[in-house]
Amino acid sequence: MDLHTISVRRLGELLARKEVGSEELTRSYLERISQVEDKTKAFITVTEEEALAQARAVDEQRVRGEELSPLAGIPMAIADNICTEGVRTTCASKMLENFIPPYDAAVVERMKKAGSALVGKCNMDEFGMGISTENSCFFSTTNPLDPEAVPGGSNGGAAAAVAAGEAAFALGSDTEGSLRQPAASCGVVGFKPTYGRVSRYGLISCASSLDQIGPLTRDVTDLALVLNTICGRDERDSTSAAVDVPDFKKYLVNDVKGLKIGLPVEYFGAGLAPLVADKLREAARKLEEMGALCEEVSMPHTDYALPAHYIISSAEASSNLARYDGVRYGLREDAEDVLGMFKRTRGRGFGAEVKKRIMIGTYALSTGNYNEYYVKALKVRTLIKQDFARAFERFDCLLTPASPATAYKKGELKDDPLAGYQSHIFTAPANLAGLPAMSLPIGLVDGLPVGLQLIARHFDEGTLLRAGYALEQSLEQTGRNRA
Amino acid sequence: MSKYEAVIGLEVHVELKTETKLFCGCSTEFGKEPNTQVCPVCLGLPGATGILNKKAVELAVKAGLALNCEIGTYTWFDRKNYYYPDLPKGFQISQVFRPIAYNGYLDLDLNGRIKRVNIARAHLEEDPGKLAHAGGSITTAYCSYVDYNRSGIPLIEIVSEPQISSGEEAKAYLEKLKAILEYAGVSDVKMEQGSLRCDANVSVRPVGTTTLGTKTEIKNMNSFRAVQRAIDYEVERQIEVLMDGGMVVQETRAWDEDLGVTVTMRSKENPDYRCFLEHELAPIELTPEWIEEIRATIPELPDARRKRLVEEHGLPAYDAGVITSSLALAEFFDATLKEYPDAKTVSNWIMGELLRLLNARNLELSEAKITPGGLASLLKLIDKGTISNKMGKEVFEVMFVEGKDPDQIVKEKGLFQISDEGQLSQIIAEVIAKNPKSVADFKAGKEKAIGFLVGQVMKATRGQANPGMVNAILREKLAE
Repeated sequence: MDLHTISVRRLGELLARKEVGSEELTRSYLERISQVEDKTKAFITVTEEEALAQARAVDEQRVRGEELSPLAGIPMAIADNICTEGVRTTCASKMLENFIPPYDAAVVERMKKAGSALVGKCNMDEFGMGISTENSCFFSTTNPLDPEAVPGGSNGGAAAAVAAGEAAFALGSDTEGSLRQPAASCGVVGFKPTYGRVSRYGLISCASSLDQIGPLTRDVTDLALVLNTICGRDERDSTSAAVDVPDFKKYLVNDVKGLKIGLPVEYFGAGLAPLVADKLREAARKLEEMGALCEEVSMPHTDYALPAHYIISSAEASSNLARYDGVRYGLREDAEDVLGMFKRTRGRGFGAEVKKRIMIGTYALSTGNYNEYYVKALKVRTLIKQDFARAFERFDCLLTPASPATAYKKGELKDDPLAGYQSHIFTAPANLAGLPAMSLPIGLVDGLPVGLQLIARHFDEGTLLRAGYALEQSLEQTGRNRA
Repeated sequence: MSKYEAVIGLEVHVELKTETKLFCGCSTEFGKEPNTQVCPVCLGLPGATGILNKKAVELAVKAGLALNCEIGTYTWFDRKNYYYPDLPKGFQISQVFRPIAYNGYLDLDLNGRIKRVNIARAHLEEDPGKLAHAGGSITTAYCSYVDYNRSGIPLIEIVSEPQISSGEEAKAYLEKLKAILEYAGVSDVKMEQGSLRCDANVSVRPVGTTTLGTKTEIKNMNSFRAVQRAIDYEVERQIEVLMDGGMVVQETRAWDEDLGVTVTMRSKENPDYRCFLEHELAPIELTPEWIEEIRATIPELPDARRKRLVEEHGLPAYDAGVITSSLALAEFFDATLKEYPDAKTVSNWIMGELLRLLNARNLELSEAKITPGGLASLLKLIDKGTISNKMGKEVFEVMFVEGKDPDQIVKEKGLFQISDEGQLSQIIAEVIAKNPKSVADFKAGKEKAIGFLVGQVMKATRGQANPGMVNAILREKLAE
């Protein structure tokens, strides 16, 4: 049996039946990493010792007959913008190349408690800014399904790690589609929970009002297991919501009868690759066959979502990244005086895309531009939220593409940054509205995966799991969702 | 009279008296080893998010209410973005768009004239860290050190309207503000420890006009007296510039205490703080019930206490003003009065001896050893005639330094008053016998001569004779 392709749930069963030990499982993943990592380059740091120590601890717990989490002993990867105590956390930036956090992010604490074995920290676009992982200051990651293709971004490393069998699941963050778009590119499930559902304590901020931690998994069942572990109120994060967390497994029922699904016409326009559109419509028909009601809906402000998103996220990032000044940690470039040190440190520590966003954000927040850009973007954000609210009066969830096309070729968008930004055009609106959204692999076009996105009401992750699970089951029968 | 008038507004930063910082659990205790009271949150480490200290909100509301402010029931934090090494996140979390308290006032008593100064706002914010330079300023120092113990300590910034007209008024404003905040128990208000800091915005304009002149911001004032002097200097400087046909440059100026001048610190070309909502913190929502609960915890404030001292105890307004200017003094007064119910006498001793010694030795009342009970006992000894008023002052000083009981001091020093008529008569008779010339002078109408004779009696008794009785007996005998 190939331990690197089966789901967390099945790995958990094997562990529970003691057909395989945690240490053995972890070693096999570490071995897999050493085999494929030359090509994939999904990890910035591989944490072999930590992973084995955790796996051994779980094995001992199992011998003692302790009650264990379904994630105990499962090898996982975490994006390199989530703090891990004692393990360097770089955000794929020169600025934090040697930054070792003295504390764990809230989700890392929860995963440690569950007993998952951290095999490594994943590559990403620097500070989450990008669509291809080509903006990492260290190296690019390759799409495991096509050596010529990028894995998407910003969490291309984490998505590639799961797709390449280097981790059974991964955690990353999603500010504008950074989990869902690479999930679509790599043929895995990517999930952005409702804003406030998962503690952001220890997530290195890019855009505070948009960032949300979420999982990348091989299937919807695994997604439910990971969500059960990471969701819930954390007193250290003021934006973490005091909302009850259900057992997400209860939504894993193969039944979508009566589920009302909206297809926003604006998401199926000119920007979408025709073959991808066909796949999505096919999936919608499948859902209808299973008893769901699919209908078109208009979300008239969709076109303005992406520009508004880039203004807001850049504005917030320009402030969040101000702390990297060389005074306390990270890179320091000495100079004659303190201002010189700030300038040289930031000049050398940040890559081109990060500098561009800082400049855009600083410009948008400056006196004279503030109302024209920042405030206007906030108004658009309100309109986007209203579009969603109106749609959710009629529909339980919305079905859209996760990305305008399948994975890009390496370097394809180097000279066309605007086309690159378009890559998040279908995912960014859910961040603006704080809604839960899922990207689900539904098949291949020219050998590359296509991602379908489902968006639901605030804190209604359950509907996404229900619809996603049903769709996955039906595709599983026809064997069409696997690369 | 000058053709120009000064327009002054004060920005006062006050550290709130909380156990822990505004967004984390680190201690706020003053004077600890640098960088020992820090955590990922107040160091601005990547990924660390903070949560709001409820006590700080309560104290801010309490301060706002004590300053007659309206309280915002829905306010939030914003980011004020600027780079400085003492600012760990590259932005300060403050309330830019909606202060927690606004539209307040306080009344100044300027030698009997009451002047109301409006308070535009009082908002919550975090303190930055503290810099220490190895030589000169941040630009000239060989190196600089940062202590983040202060980073994240809760502050309220209290901004007055530009309604203050002189250095003296500014000082009166600060004294009143300090007293109110001290009474309300929201801050230690110690300028020397930095728990109260003041910047002044100063401009001048021709008398009779209403447009504001170009202002300068004055910093680096380390006492109320320095604020007064700096403002007076700056007003004169600006008037001179204008009289010479020049223009006042908008800038930040530093007060140089030694030279007694203000000097250019940095030109201020409207710094752009790019303020926007702090998304990592929830808004502050206050119910009217909670605000009322906080209001109920505010004790009697200086104005009310002063009024009470005048109305209930018949103190002169001036005395009442001095005594209520600090909570400790007012408490000392009340406690003494409980055991010695002559308000004016108690007031005289507090305003005379106590304040004189505190000022001379530059001490806080809490550092003096004398207790209200001790003062009351002392006053009773004087009333009984055991010691004289003059001896009382001597005893007071010992009590002030050593904290002993007055009876004990009197005994130890042998400081009792001779009030025995027979004993005094005998001594006086001897003095009269020994000084026939002075006696003759007095009888010849030279009133002054009696002073010499009293002096001789005091000398013979080593100052212990009851001076009132000596005088009376002497006159009686000389009249014989």
